[in-house]
Amino acid sequence: MSQYYLFQDTKNCIGCHSCEVVCKSNKALPVGPKPCQVIHVAPKMVNGLPRASYVFMPCFHCENPWCVAACPTGAMRKRPQDGIVYVEQSLCVGCKTCVTACPWGAPQWNPETGKVVKCDYCKDRVDAGLKPACATICTTHCLHFGQVEDMTQIRRERHAKVIASLENQIG
Amino acid sequence: MQKTVYSMCFMCSIRCPIKVTVKDGQVTFIEGNPKVAGIDGSLCPRGSAGISLLYDSQRLQSPLIRTGERGSGQWRKASWDEALDYIADKLKPIIKKNGGQSVALTERTNLSTHVSKTFLKAIGSPNHFTHDALCKGSVNTACRSLFGYTDAQMGIDYKNTKHIVMYGRNLFEAIAVKEVNSLMDAMAAGAKVTYIDPRVSITATKAHRYWMIRPGTDLALNYALTHVILKERLYDAAYVEKWVLGLNELQDFVQSYTPEWAEKETGIPAAEIVALAREMSKDKPSVIFHFGYRGAHHANEIYLRRSILILNALMGSIEAKGGIFFKKGPGEVGAKPARKLTEQKFAAIKAPRADKVGTKDFPLPDPDHGVPQMLPHAILNEDPYPVKALFVYRFEPLMSIPDSNLTKKALEKLDLIVTVDINYSDIAWYSDVILPESIYLERTDCVQQANGQKPQMFLRRQAVPPRYDTRDWAVIAKQIGERIGIGEFFPYKDSEELVRWQLEGTGFTLEDFDKSGFVAYTDKQILWDRMDGLKFKTPSKKIELKSSLLENAGFPSFPPYEAVPGYTDNRFRLITGRNALHTHVSTQNNAYLSELAPENVLWINSKRAATLGIKSGGLVTVASKNGSGQIKAFVTDFIHPDSVFMLHGFGHEAKLATRSYNKGVSDAMLEENITDKVGGSPALHDTVVTVQAA
Repeated sequence: MSQYYLFQDTKNCIGCHSCEVVCKSNKALPVGPKPCQVIHVAPKMVNGLPRASYVFMPCFHCENPWCVAACPTGAMRKRPQDGIVYVEQSLCVGCKTCVTACPWGAPQWNPETGKVVKCDYCKDRVDAGLKPACATICTTHCLHFGQVEDMTQIRRERHAKVIASLENQIG
Repeated sequence: MQKTVYSMCFMCSIRCPIKVTVKDGQVTFIEGNPKVAGIDGSLCPRGSAGISLLYDSQRLQSPLIRTGERGSGQWRKASWDEALDYIADKLKPIIKKNGGQSVALTERTNLSTHVSKTFLKAIGSPNHFTHDALCKGSVNTACRSLFGYTDAQMGIDYKNTKHIVMYGRNLFEAIAVKEVNSLMDAMAAGAKVTYIDPRVSITATKAHRYWMIRPGTDLALNYALTHVILKERLYDAAYVEKWVLGLNELQDFVQSYTPEWAEKETGIPAAEIVALAREMSKDKPSVIFHFGYRGAHHANEIYLRRSILILNALMGSIEAKGGIFFKKGPGEVGAKPARKLTEQKFAAIKAPRADKVGTKDFPLPDPDHGVPQMLPHAILNEDPYPVKALFVYRFEPLMSIPDSNLTKKALEKLDLIVTVDINYSDIAWYSDVILPESIYLERTDCVQQANGQKPQMFLRRQAVPPRYDTRDWAVIAKQIGERIGIGEFFPYKDSEELVRWQLEGTGFTLEDFDKSGFVAYTDKQILWDRMDGLKFKTPSKKIELKSSLLENAGFPSFPPYEAVPGYTDNRFRLITGRNALHTHVSTQNNAYLSELAPENVLWINSKRAATLGIKSGGLVTVASKNGSGQIKAFVTDFIHPDSVFMLHGFGHEAKLATRSYNKGVSDAMLEENITDKVGGSPALHDTVVTVQAA
């Protein structure tokens, strides 16, 4: 796992796809590849209310990435300093082994270059001290980028507020 | 070389503030302006597709003059001088023969609307039309009938609300970034959302209460809510006593509209209606009954919008924290707004408007916007006089005015159609001359006077030079003006000089916008005192439930409810709406947006679909009196059985916009041209369609 984590706060996600669009725009991609994607899981009734899921899927930047192990040319790489998994475009021969290997469909096919493109957490932006494009512009700020340990804090703090019913405190 | 330009988006009409990064003359990144509270970097998907628009080779790239039949798509490339001379040569004899009033201009309200209005005033035409009436004309009239202000002068304090009720205001899908985040913040702080819509939109999936109302019956629901609020004295008595005129009349009127009666009409259980009325009362005055963004559904639209606004008045939420407020301009702090070209002196125009707005036939709609859906009738019948030339600026009569075939017939009667656009819109396709405008990243625009709780000004700035042979509308209007003898009304050489002229007397300069894209007249929020300081502009200076505006024009303040029929067999009520990926009719050809939402589909209720043998993904024929089309069905439990739904803005006919050409079905083609004759909106949800498997 990379030291970074992209946390989707599903409570605030409205499934608008702005993350997908800016990702493609930032990487100047043609129609087709989607390094990140939000999939709408159709509504169903939960406790009398319609509820739906808007599931955000970038690359998970695994600790032991299947794609890196599978890549025969060394194009698919993991950055030693922070664990970001990326494709070195000059070495990719378009063999698609990584597409086969990844259990989550993260590596995407770019028909214009005949190579694979994937989420690299916008490493150029990260190196410049910025957040990935998706987390920068997310309409509702539901995408949070940072160190893994900081991301879990968001849920803990929210949960604490929910269970701390100050009005009913006795002792 | 890298630079940062603070500007404003124009992928839709909201004008979100943006920060544009330019490297070596290319736009490399656009994000929401991080210096603006409530934006903080956020950008919606349409905004995120701005770079895709900038580099789109299917944009209009030079002036074009039609060579074949109208709509044939045969053009020749022309220089600007040639195209502008061509227009002037056609326009002069039209004006000479038929008078200035024979020229109409339609546009979507935008920052250079004062330029367009100046163009017409100088010609001597009253026929300026904005898109507004098609969207919310009746909301405007409803607001004036109650408060003396237009809807555009009213804002909503989402951030501090405790409970908001939205009638199909699909706030989390038809996105304005700041509104979305303000409401999200309120919800995080405990605010409740009640959402009412015949269809489960994304907003429904985020709401605390959702009612699948029978389509067309929102007015019945509101009459019952009013009934409960008055019967149980749930209203803000002190506020109502002080500010509301006509409470007794309202009380008498809603007497018979019980929740039990409304249950039969709307399908919403009576007990739940009572519960909502009580909940809202508990949280008053920090509550909002949302008066709508689009308000163009039914022939009695103004009364639906009034009923919503009246609920706010009863809760005392008007000018309350977490309620609805009046937008404050620079005058509130003794400062001046930006100048507009329309402040110049023009010869008086004697001719009435072609849509008859402001005459006794059509007294109440706002003449500042007109009623565009009346324009086809005026052109076809030459009533009240011939209209022979039409300028269309960033507006789409063929896909926005209901009954496209009627509109096409009207276009045939015109001697000149000129469209100024950035894409091959359908109206561009039917025009005689197309003039390409520079897109928002390529031009400086007129000043935005952003009135609100804190009056501010924002500016759209050129980030990169035009990529193609395009110009700004302010310059195009001036250059046509010079050719027809009205050049003196355009005292500037380019948009930047026009902005400098606008800023004279405001105390701000163009350079003041460099740092963050906006300037503020004050740091403090201005809210009038709810008990002593409300400045209503009605004749009585009160909230006129019993409206002098309506009654002096011969219309009732409280018309009796008319029952809405049900729909059986293969008949349905057609309803339309938006998603986050497209702006009305203008983004369907964007490469990234069309990839995500290439066509519209027809939502149809599972049970009704089963009876008709319709399956999800299968083609169906949807037909109205006006026309028919084939579209894929989306079979779902999450739409009321009486209605079918489609996204607005598909079914484009301009062939050179290859990504949107012939994709999906146009709702405007199906919709009947019906108007709320009191308020001015078209009744876009009053068309009955039949649906059958194709």
